[in-house]
Amino acid sequence: MKRLLLILSLVAAPVFAVQPDEILDDPVLEDRARALSKDLRCLVCRNESIDDSNAELARDLRLLVRERLVEGDSDDEAMEFIVSRYGEYVLLKPKAGGSNLVLYLAGPIMLLLGVGMAVIYLRRRQNAPVEAEAGLDADEQARLREILDE
Amino acid sequence: MIVELGHFALILAAVTALVQAVVPLIGAHKRWPAWMAVAEPAAGIQFLLTAFSFGALTYAFVVSDFSVTLVTNNSHTLKPLLYKVSGVWGNHEGSMLLWVLILTLFGAMLAWFGGNLPPSLRARALAVQSLVSVAFYGFILLTSNPFERLEIAPFDGGGLNPLLQDPGLALHPPFLYLGYVGLSMAFSFAVAALIEGRVDAAWARWVRPWTLAAWVFLTIGIALGSWWAYYELGWGGFWFWDPVENASFMPWLLAAALLHSAIVVEKREALKSWTILLSILAFGFSLIGTFIVRSGVITSVHAFANDPERGVFILAILAVFMGGALMLFAARASAMEAKGIFSMVSRESALVFNNILLAVACFVVFIGTIWPLVSEIFFTRKLSVGAPFFNMAFTPFMVALGLLLPVGSMLSWKRANLGRTVRPLVPALILALALAGLAWAVQTEKTLLGPVGIFLGTWIVSGAIVDLLGRTGRGGFAARFDRIKRLPRADWGKAVAHAGLGVTMVGIAGLMAWEEEDIRVVQIGAPWTVGAYEFTLDAVNRVEGPNYLSTMGDVSVRKGGELVTTLHPEKRTYPVQAMPTTEASIDYRFLRDVYVVIGDPQDNGGWAMRIYIKPLTNWIWLGCLLMSVGGVLSLSDRRYRVAAGARRAAPKAGVPAE
Repeated sequence: MKRLLLILSLVAAPVFAVQPDEILDDPVLEDRARALSKDLRCLVCRNESIDDSNAELARDLRLLVRERLVEGDSDDEAMEFIVSRYGEYVLLKPKAGGSNLVLYLAGPIMLLLGVGMAVIYLRRRQNAPVEAEAGLDADEQARLREILDE
Repeated sequence: MIVELGHFALILAAVTALVQAVVPLIGAHKRWPAWMAVAEPAAGIQFLLTAFSFGALTYAFVVSDFSVTLVTNNSHTLKPLLYKVSGVWGNHEGSMLLWVLILTLFGAMLAWFGGNLPPSLRARALAVQSLVSVAFYGFILLTSNPFERLEIAPFDGGGLNPLLQDPGLALHPPFLYLGYVGLSMAFSFAVAALIEGRVDAAWARWVRPWTLAAWVFLTIGIALGSWWAYYELGWGGFWFWDPVENASFMPWLLAAALLHSAIVVEKREALKSWTILLSILAFGFSLIGTFIVRSGVITSVHAFANDPERGVFILAILAVFMGGALMLFAARASAMEAKGIFSMVSRESALVFNNILLAVACFVVFIGTIWPLVSEIFFTRKLSVGAPFFNMAFTPFMVALGLLLPVGSMLSWKRANLGRTVRPLVPALILALALAGLAWAVQTEKTLLGPVGIFLGTWIVSGAIVDLLGRTGRGGFAARFDRIKRLPRADWGKAVAHAGLGVTMVGIAGLMAWEEEDIRVVQIGAPWTVGAYEFTLDAVNRVEGPNYLSTMGDVSVRKGGELVTTLHPEKRTYPVQAMPTTEASIDYRFLRDVYVVIGDPQDNGGWAMRIYIKPLTNWIWLGCLLMSVGGVLSLSDRRYRVAAGARRAAPKAGVPAE
């Protein structure tokens, strides 16, 4: 049992993200902090927001966000501050500027292209000559007879 | 010894695959029946050899043969038997072996049950399927041999990651692989048809069941993974837009598109080249998914096998198969002349728009997934693309899809009358608007997400019901009831699967819009309230599990003074891996889940606790279940059991993928 306790104490690690002692007393500020945390990446994790992450660094960032908000920053100012410190990498939703326009416009442009091509295709189908639907070739005739005979 | 036999069987299977990939192709080209006939027994042999090889590895895991490196690294004598077995595919090498096992299984099914296919098409499809196997045998044997031995065997193994020791996750990879690899059938058929230069209704009728089966497996696999994340990771998220999740989601979206476009080929002989392209791309995305998971080029929570050498190998496989197939497509696609004529307003055009929305949604997910990589390489901008982006960019497509679905699924083929189609849907629309309005009025925070989800869900589900009722014609209740019972299974399948999508949409919107969360330090015995519920932490005990130690809380949940349930959230420590996990305790109900997590003891007494009230969460997976049931109903339809042109003497010939 002693050994078990020793093992337990060695491996005990924080297992959840936002800790009770981090939470701000002002519920409005806290809500804003939570919303911002969801858009910020935990830098040492793989694709987790700081709101979800257990990492020590994520906790530091969460505290930093709250610190900025308590000091009276607007949401944008707080984000700007964190980006200036940690770089664009920290944003889970990258800024829509420069090369990122490709990312943002790819979907809408593909949709327009797709719809355009579909309309052309459908027009052509609508006006296609009827003879294309003509009968079966010799092989198919034979196969049809075979099926019907069975 | 058995392990060496397994290794040897795998090499033999690779050789067989090589024969199967070459001989039937030549046979089909030269019209030599004997050469074409090689494919059939070869596919069976390949499957049996791979199954033996997989069995040998499973045996090594079950008896804990620690002289095998893979077993040492991923198993432990104390592990329950279920996880010893699931440990076989809980690692890179073993999961690749499972991958080829399923690949050969599909090939063998085609060989055994494909009797009524034109011989040359069957020979070619089997050869292409086998060509894919050759690539993956090469990958396993050259870069990821699961049978490698250790010089000195240790007394015990390193154990399996405790997060993976879970029944849901034991089944998640096999289902996912059945889905991924099932799409290889559509790919093989598409390439075979391109070589053949012929795509017709019979071809589509053959491809559709395989695609449908693959899609059902993918749906179940994705749902299992998402459910596992929900109860295991400790904060109740169900989808993280992680690259590896996207890797499974992209083929799912394309498979869904392919299912629908194949209907158009089957019924109307149009959209042929698009359907071929989709078949190629759907499997292509399966390969891309494999590449993303195995190479580690894109960071993801699923750290699996971050080995650049393996990544390059898979990239080469991807390049060869996609490059080859797309070149063949470019050369031959123009030969696929469409026959059907239809107007702008018709089932055909509705399915075209279904395909556009699904394909572009898939493209958006794809761009978002690879953008960090592209941006870093070409623009030297290191950035992340995560859930907030995907939620914004992906959701509109699903909303549009949900809006169009009930109308599109009721339009008639060739030429439809929009007014006449929409009229029976008016009650569904009114009901959906009313419920959405109600949701809007009742909710405390005025978000649009919840009401929109309720609207779409109600609209789709009631639309599916209207569609079914519409098929019963006129007459008394008894007559209509009789007719609805005798509707083809495919019609039922369509309605159930569509309704499932609606249910899932309601679940996702409900959870995301109306979740309540509470984090606080709790003293034992002192009650606190979250939403309509009152919670008390009655006790915290140390409990010993089979291969872990647990700190378990007893939390009683009351509503209006009455005890609803007692929950037991745990914090587990697995000494072998020295890794803590949280085990949330969840009270599952139809309309809401109560989700309780216990955290660390606090310095000045008490425990950190996290409570969530998660409305409608189970609807997410209920919807996935309905979608799969719909797919299975459709698969069991008589028209697929007796496939186009099947001889009556061989009725079992048309039972694919069951």
